[in-house]
Amino acid sequence: MEERIVSVALDDIHKRFDANEVLKGISVSAHQGEVISVLGPSGSGKSTLLRCINLLEIPDSGRLLVSGEEVLLKKTRDNRTVPADTKQVERIRAKLAMVFQQFNLWSHMTILQNVIEAPVHVLKTPRQEAIDRAMMYLEKVGIPDKLEAYPAHLSGGQQQRAAIARALAMEPEVILFDEPTSALDPELVGEVLQVMRNLAEEGRTMIVVTHEMGFAREVSSRVIFLDEGLVMEDGAPEIIFNNPETDRFSAFIKAMV
Amino acid sequence: MDLSIIIENLPIYFTGLKNTIILVSISLVLGLALAVPLAILRNYGNPLVQLPIRAFVYFFRGTPLLVQMFLIYYGFGQFDLIKESLFWPFFREAYFCALFTFTLNTAAYTTEILRGAIKATPHGEIEAAMAAGMSRLLMVRRLILPSAFRRALPAYSNEIIFMLHGSSLASVITIVDITGAARIINSRFYSPYEAFLTAAVFYMAITFLIVFLVKKLEVRWFAHLQPQSTKAAIETPP
Repeated sequence: MEERIVSVALDDIHKRFDANEVLKGISVSAHQGEVISVLGPSGSGKSTLLRCINLLEIPDSGRLLVSGEEVLLKKTRDNRTVPADTKQVERIRAKLAMVFQQFNLWSHMTILQNVIEAPVHVLKTPRQEAIDRAMMYLEKVGIPDKLEAYPAHLSGGQQQRAAIARALAMEPEVILFDEPTSALDPELVGEVLQVMRNLAEEGRTMIVVTHEMGFAREVSSRVIFLDEGLVMEDGAPEIIFNNPETDRFSAFIKAMV
Repeated sequence: MDLSIIIENLPIYFTGLKNTIILVSISLVLGLALAVPLAILRNYGNPLVQLPIRAFVYFFRGTPLLVQMFLIYYGFGQFDLIKESLFWPFFREAYFCALFTFTLNTAAYTTEILRGAIKATPHGEIEAAMAAGMSRLLMVRRLILPSAFRRALPAYSNEIIFMLHGSSLASVITIVDITGAARIINSRFYSPYEAFLTAAVFYMAITFLIVFLVKKLEVRWFAHLQPQSTKAAIETPP
């Protein structure tokens, strides 16, 4: 097998919220160009796992590497784990764009402003260049006519596509999707999935927490099944969907179909 | 009712108008300038920083404006420490004392208005900013404050109007603002009705202007909240 660049590597990641241990030692790595679907029942820790990657949640222990750079963590006096270097966290987050379940567009900004905001102010891209690129990405997600609209004036599907354009505008190494279609009306799910499918075909590295079994099966190059804070299955979709190793996963597939 | 008294003495009212506008606008600008950092610290500062801000806000919201002004104008003169200090030439002046009191008073109220508005920033929008790699400072500057100012505007427009009306208390410490002008006319001609009705008209006119300007700002700032049909109707009036 050819040697591919590791974009994100997690090693024995643990995370607990009070008494509830959500991640019980997760080791996964994502290679450049991989499209990984993370599946699992609710409460299995899949969203937490995704949020640990860009440090919206700080893992209690374990190692996290993003394009070869290890995130430096330290313990506080009251034994919480915090990032040792906030500048490093900001730098790493800028490499990992995220698309949220609730879109989370900045509501007082137009779509164009949403898309150019972080490139201009975080990456220091010249404004005109950022605008040109924003137009390109809005075209790509199919809403080039919505530049001047505010988020509240768009449908959920359009908002999520705008959020994807905002993520793309950072030219990220990896895009993290946190249940990107779960808040959408059923008839709008397709348009967002189509955009994601196109991105996958471009060879972008994506980690997608999803309940869309069709997407996991057909688009992703790898599927990870999480249950009770542990990785239960990890493999190419055509293999693990047809030959689940665990009863949990076969039960999950049955329940989802 | 004898309006000739008023018409003959309009220049006194205009002096009063000038003083009211100066007092109110300077204290509002300085008060807002103070309130922004205080509100940010009140939300994000550590508890030791928050405590004095809470005490400041509590004192100025907890006592009447008139009492605050008396404490500063009459009260400060009682202390040799202040009388011998560099600041005495300022605190000796009624005008400065009124300005000083109004500024701190509106700063306290505005801090509280902004604190609430900042706190109400949608959490998802903050997470999106964090996920984009924004620093805390950039986030405050580009996302949290612009968003909070919008939420604060209706409450703040009230504060502007309260401050305008509260400024009439300056007349108690010898300042000729609009109310001060009315008191002069009243004592000179013993015509309270004409004198204070004129003052009322002046205050109403300023209030009208404030409401009008806030409304214009709302149209610009609240475009993202308008239903699209209404937005179109505002932008292209029939």
